[in-house]
Amino acid sequence: MALMKVKFDLKKRVKLAQFLWLMYWFSVMAGVLVFSMGLFFKIELRKRSEMMDNNESHFVPNLLIGVGLLACGINAMGGKICYDSLDPSKFSRWKPMLKSFLVSCVAFNCLLVLTALLCFLMRIPLQFTLAEGLKNALKFYKDTDTPGHCYMKRTLDQMQMEFRCCGNNNFRDWFEIQWVSNRYLDFGAKEVKDRIGSNVDGKYLMDAVPFSCCNPSSPRPCIQYQVTNNTAHYSYDHHTEDLNIWKRGCRDALISYYGGMMNTIGALVLLVTILEVIVTIGLQYVNTSLSNLANPEDPESESEGWILEKTVKETFTDIMDKMKAMSKGNVVDEAGVDGVATVS
Amino acid sequence: MVLMKMKFPFEKRVKLAQCLWLLSWMATLAGAFTFTLGCFLKTELRRRAEVMDNTEIHAVPNTLMIVGLASLGINYFAGRMCQDALDAGRFPRWKTFMQPYWGVSLLFTLLMLTAVIMSYAMKGNLESSLKIGLKNGIRFYKDTDTPGRCFQKQTIDRLQMEFRCCGNTDFKDWFEVQWISNRYLDFSSKEVKDRVKSNVDGRYLFDGVPFSCCNPSSPRPCIQDRLTNNSAHYSYEHQTEELNIYIRGCREALVNYYMGLMNTIGAAVLSVFLVQSSVLVSLRYLQTAMEAVAGQENTEIETEGYLLEKGVKETIMEYVTPVLVFLQLNQVGSEDAEA
Repeated sequence: MALMKVKFDLKKRVKLAQFLWLMYWFSVMAGVLVFSMGLFFKIELRKRSEMMDNNESHFVPNLLIGVGLLACGINAMGGKICYDSLDPSKFSRWKPMLKSFLVSCVAFNCLLVLTALLCFLMRIPLQFTLAEGLKNALKFYKDTDTPGHCYMKRTLDQMQMEFRCCGNNNFRDWFEIQWVSNRYLDFGAKEVKDRIGSNVDGKYLMDAVPFSCCNPSSPRPCIQYQVTNNTAHYSYDHHTEDLNIWKRGCRDALISYYGGMMNTIGALVLLVTILEVIVTIGLQYVNTSLSNLANPEDPESESEGWILEKTVKETFTDIMDKMKAMSKGNVVDEAGVDGVATVS
Repeated sequence: MVLMKMKFPFEKRVKLAQCLWLLSWMATLAGAFTFTLGCFLKTELRRRAEVMDNTEIHAVPNTLMIVGLASLGINYFAGRMCQDALDAGRFPRWKTFMQPYWGVSLLFTLLMLTAVIMSYAMKGNLESSLKIGLKNGIRFYKDTDTPGRCFQKQTIDRLQMEFRCCGNTDFKDWFEVQWISNRYLDFSSKEVKDRVKSNVDGRYLFDGVPFSCCNPSSPRPCIQDRLTNNSAHYSYEHQTEELNIYIRGCREALVNYYMGLMNTIGAAVLSVFLVQSSVLVSLRYLQTAMEAVAGQENTEIETEGYLLEKGVKETIMEYVTPVLVFLQLNQVGSEDAEA
């Protein structure tokens, strides 16, 4: 009992081949789209690699790039096969390899589904990478004279302004590190000596944030220093003031940015998968309808097309039997060789 | 004396018509491109409309949009005409259409050239508009509670951060304006009272700038207040310190940005103008060559094409004389009426 059998006359076969050719061209463009999205994602990750401690995994964008290129190749070949299927002499060239091509198409579709799944799941490792990377980035904010870290301040400032965020989890992260370099601290002043004396590591800590944490939408000029001291500023209550500096932490901001990007890319890859499944089914119909002409000599006769020759269950058991036979064949061969070896 | 006569055998006429057809399609695309450029420029000018005092500079994108739309129509008709030119029987029906068509197309082509000149010449206008707009923006920076001005602070802050500039001419503009609202000043403290008394208008002036003037590329944390006081900060000298805040004024930054944009657009529209002119010149030659064929039995004879039937001076006199006669008649009429 074949799966989803359909009768085909010449006209219907020609229409199917033309429609499928068009769909293959759309699939090639979809492959280009997936490739460019992978490239875009890779560039975006590279741009912020300093925030991720140069440790981020580029596996997903590389996979997207590879899958995009593969899609272009497979779909171009499929389009050529469809184009040739209208001419029986040309089609006979493709006939022997068509079955293996279809199997590879099915495997490619599974790869696409896996890619989409990975896109959605990449959020989790990214969270850990960002937490670690931002913590270190904040530590190196003041080291503008150390080779290798001299642009960390500028990168962090620009990122905080662009993503409207402050600190790692929130603005209090700035209170726990020394972000003013010792070059600009007057160690002769009493205030500096007090602050350094007040903690074990001898760090100059204060309840202040850099200027890049300031929110332009605040009605009053930005209060950066003595943020938690209500008496230091006129008419100021830091518990109720939420427009002064950005409340959100940069880890949350970056994760929602990348998460949104990855969700969009994953959804697009799923749409491309659906397109690929449609063209694979179409090609299977073309293959079976051209292989089962009622009258093999007459190319204009009627034929039947189907997706699977037997039902799904029977096809599955067939494949399992084949695999068992292959593995048993191997065992028998080895036993035979061993037997011959022991005898001789 | 005919202007720029050229001989046109039949094959040359056919080639001219085919060339013109292709050229008119290119010119149509170029016209659409001009319209898009006009829309883009208008959008960019509107984004910063809050720091501009007047909208006179919008004449440039408006002209570009009008010219772009007109050239779509002009080139469409040019294409239709050259399609009919290959058939001697169908060409004469365009005869009555030609005179107004030439008038309109010459007008809009000249308008295109005007737009290019304007995009270079209106720099002074833009600069004075920005000067007044930025001055007001800085004055009203503190009025975040006044309806109509409450977003001035946000606009100026975002502008300074995006264009990397500070103040109008330079950062010292902030020293001359009270940019902290009275709501946030403690009038019982001695420091505030001293500053307010130290000037005639009773304003709280000090040598500090808003946070949006800070330069992220500076190696040290931003110094915003007491900028001219070297002893207030450790290891600081304001005369040599260049990276702390943005040195450039916002007027200069914005003028550079918009002039760069308009210069590029002007160069692109100039090339569109050249394409458009070549379309019109080719169409004129085709028209005059085909007019000589009309009425002849053998349509494949050689004819002459020209740009103007008489010389330039005579053609101008031909068009201007009726206008002068009309004006003189009016003058004579009014004198008679007075007498």
